[in-house]
Amino acid sequence: MSIRHGLLALLERGPMYGYQLRASFEESTGATWPLNIGQVYTTLARLERDGLVRPLPENDGGQRPYELTDLGRAEIAVWFVTPISRTDRPRDELAIKLALALTTPGVDVRAVVQTQRTATIQTLQELTRLKQRSDDPGDLSWRLILDAMVFQAEAEVRWLDHCEASLVRYTPPSSPSAAVAEADHRTEAHK
Amino acid sequence: MILELRGVHRTHGTGETAVHALRGVDLGVAAGELVAVMGPSGSGKSTLLNLAGGLDSPTTGEVFVEGEGLSTLDRKQLARLRRRFVGYVFQDLNLLASLTAVENAALPLELDGMSVRKARKLAATTLEEVGLADLAARFPDEMSGGQQQRVAIARALVGERRLVLADEPTGALDSQTGEAVLRLLRARVDAGAAGVLVTHEARHAAWADRVVFLRDGVVVDTTSPVGEPEQLLGVKA
Repeated sequence: MSIRHGLLALLERGPMYGYQLRASFEESTGATWPLNIGQVYTTLARLERDGLVRPLPENDGGQRPYELTDLGRAEIAVWFVTPISRTDRPRDELAIKLALALTTPGVDVRAVVQTQRTATIQTLQELTRLKQRSDDPGDLSWRLILDAMVFQAEAEVRWLDHCEASLVRYTPPSSPSAAVAEADHRTEAHK
Repeated sequence: MILELRGVHRTHGTGETAVHALRGVDLGVAAGELVAVMGPSGSGKSTLLNLAGGLDSPTTGEVFVEGEGLSTLDRKQLARLRRRFVGYVFQDLNLLASLTAVENAALPLELDGMSVRKARKLAATTLEEVGLADLAARFPDEMSGGQQQRVAIARALVGERRLVLADEPTGALDSQTGEAVLRLLRARVDAGAAGVLVTHEARHAAWADRVVFLRDGVVVDTTSPVGEPEQLLGVKA
């Protein structure tokens, strides 16, 4: 999640100071991504450095609000119309783990799949409890964020089901040296 | 414990062609508990549900409903227990086309010998529970798929059903209607029934208190009871 763009989007509503930004961020995202105040100020300092926000005079309470510059307004407009590339997201540790499990001797890959499936469905159960409790129709932002997490977890379970079905049909090469020997044999046959 | 399976095996056929649908399954479902059963095709999910509802009997092991071993009951007693205490929701709705919604929902009670008037009164209350009070006089072909599914649910919940068994109850319904069906099931369980939900959809299984995973007739894993979900996000109640 880009805190930078999150803060810019909030400032589109009007000038705000650090604590207000943090509270609004948590309110908008159902506190799915808790922010600490340090992150807010560091991000504001970078946004100011890049000319995307400008500080306003301190108010009576000694708080300094920030407002968007034209450059900041343009940046957030571009952010909203640009799809998020999957390649910008962190590498999928689970896919890497399963790929390695397949090629590591002595690993029970079906057990790895099942352990993950149980954990992911447990997460889904917890998300579903939260959904049950959030029956307030006005809280659409929060419900949509929950739905996003539900759909992601569901997709992961479907992928795990797919992995398991593929494993049933999969016959691994008996050993790396046997695979090499087989490849050599095929090359010989071609000649 | 409303439903209990102890050391249940179910084998179809004999000799080399024998299929071991269930191999030593133990499962207990208490009042107020919804258990989802997941597993690939052929893992034994539907067999488990049929055994739980007394529609099939184990090769070895025993199934108890409300503490009664089903193998100790004669056919009449078993049929009576099924009509009174067990509600089924299947993917195939099996609503009778010539009966209205309220008549369909009242059918299990009438078959059990209850007076028509009393049965229909109870059925009307259950239709209200599933949000169909206004459509009680409609025939199935005058209702949408989602409404028909609700009638099927009402038929499964009508009267004093303490055990609700559902096999892919959301069938081909769209996700919103499917969720409404699960909310109904959840509500009845929260009101004190025991429920077993067979599904291949993780999103639906997530409505359960516990998810049991079957593979080749064996329970391979179970989720632990759901804790406080706030821990998941570290946040909002």
